[in-house]
Amino acid sequence: MITVRNVHKRFGSQVVLDNISITIEPGKTTAVVGPSGVGKSVLLKLIMGIMQPDSGEIWIGDDKITSAHSESQKNAIRRQLGVLFQSAALFDSLTIYNNIAFPLLERLRMSASKAHEKVLAIAESLSLTPYLKNHPEQVSIGIRKRVGMARALITEPKVLLVDEPNTGLDPLDGQEVYDLINACKNQWGFTGLVISHELPEVFQVSERVAMILKGKIIAEGTPSEMIASADPAVQQFLNGRTDGPIKIQ
Amino acid sequence: MNFVATTEQFGAFIIDTTASWGRSWMFLYRTLVALVKPPYRPYLYLQQVLQIGVNSTLVIALIGLFTGAVLAVQGEYTLSKFGATAYTGPAVALSLIRELGPVLTALMVIGRAGSAVTAELGIMRITEQIDALRSMAVDPIKYLMAPRVAAGLIAMPLLCGIFNVVGIFGGYLVGVGLLGLSAGTFMSQIISAVGLVDVWSGFIKASVFGLIFGWISCYKGYTCGFGAQGVNKATTQSVVTASVAVLIVDYFLTSVLTRVFME
Ligand SMILES: Nc1ncnc2c1ncn2[C@@H]1O[C@H](COP(=O)(O)OP(=O)(O)O)[C@@H](O)[C@H]1O
Ligand SMILES: [Mg+2]
Repeated sequence: MITVRNVHKRFGSQVVLDNISITIEPGKTTAVVGPSGVGKSVLLKLIMGIMQPDSGEIWIGDDKITSAHSESQKNAIRRQLGVLFQSAALFDSLTIYNNIAFPLLERLRMSASKAHEKVLAIAESLSLTPYLKNHPEQVSIGIRKRVGMARALITEPKVLLVDEPNTGLDPLDGQEVYDLINACKNQWGFTGLVISHELPEVFQVSERVAMILKGKIIAEGTPSEMIASADPAVQQFLNGRTDGPIKIQ
Repeated sequence: MNFVATTEQFGAFIIDTTASWGRSWMFLYRTLVALVKPPYRPYLYLQQVLQIGVNSTLVIALIGLFTGAVLAVQGEYTLSKFGATAYTGPAVALSLIRELGPVLTALMVIGRAGSAVTAELGIMRITEQIDALRSMAVDPIKYLMAPRVAAGLIAMPLLCGIFNVVGIFGGYLVGVGLLGLSAGTFMSQIISAVGLVDVWSGFIKASVFGLIFGWISCYKGYTCGFGAQGVNKATTQSVVTASVAVLIVDYFLTSVLTRVFME
């Protein structure tokens, strides 16, 4: 569904992604893991077409977003994507209702009355009905993430991108987001790409895992293959040790 | 080699500066294009005019009142040396309409609303709200920047008008009420001395300052760097850059307008 091929990205002299290739299979969820600052969010922004790679190609389905030059060409491809951002990235000036309705009204330019039913339906299935009149800063981060999920899924995208599902959350709220992702997977059946540094927690939502280190993919496989991996860097990251090939900067 | 390193640094600085200068003009161009292209979202514009304009009205009126008052005191003092205190009214009115109205209004709006616009957009940038807009196929330039720039363009001349009217009133209060000038002379001299040309040149200045205000405060917010530090820096830069730009542009604009309208 998503193919990343030989992607390079650098900022000034800092090489962030160095020849990355990943295939995200349709209907499955892939976790891209690695320590903080390794370029996971950058990869996500490249896939969304918000940043351009220095070289390499990125395909979403049959569309190559890296060769879409105008914003409107990119927008046509982005229709297939829903994104749940790291801190939900809700619009503070809008109520939760209007945040969820936003993609319908502004992206699909649906009439307010048509959007209304869809918003109520998705709010019901994600237990957000009591909060619809609130503003984002009035609810907990766990609820904001659920609102972000509703906003991402209301246009029924083929692909859901999730950046760090549980940063800033306590273990219970974090677990709730994983449960939410699994529940949504069953209900909407999207292709998923989850970016995370939380191992092994992220394995519970993923069928495939790829690990990035120093700009390269160093390991790829199913969660159980990763757990059984002999790679010292994978083991170090899984067990959260400070000694090993991964250096803490 | 030290010389090579220094030359390289200097070169990089020149390239960076030129590039960011170019980017800011591109940004203005894209914003102005976005202003005229559909889809239109009138409620967003109204909201911004309200936030930038209406909320500044009181403070603009207040400083207008005192600026007019002090101009009357100073004007009367200077003119008394020539026995020409009858011209205090026009001195107040012309200073306000041609110069102090547009400039002080602009500086006040930049300080009050410009910092707010930059901080708001900067926070939207660092909390990924701007990325979220783009991921939802909504152009942030059109959705966020165009309404703010338009609001600056609309609000600035209106606020400047309020400043001038209240300022003249303040000058009248002091001149006629405290300094004992004749009320009739004060007003009739204003009416005969102030021409449409003066009003026009003040209006053009205020509009240009409104554009500068919207452009710089939006651009600085939009290109804000990482973290709270980034927002902090962007806000300071926005206020300083816009204020300096207003004063520099003011000189050149005044020279050009005076020449054009003299002919
Ligand atoms: N817009 C940018 N400009 C310059 N450097 C950036 C930018 N975005 C990310 N980086 C750098 O790229 C590296 C990877 O960042 P990121 O993808 O956010 O890491 P993470 O894997 O934690 O998500 C970091 O060192 C960061 O400083
Ligand atoms: Mg990240």
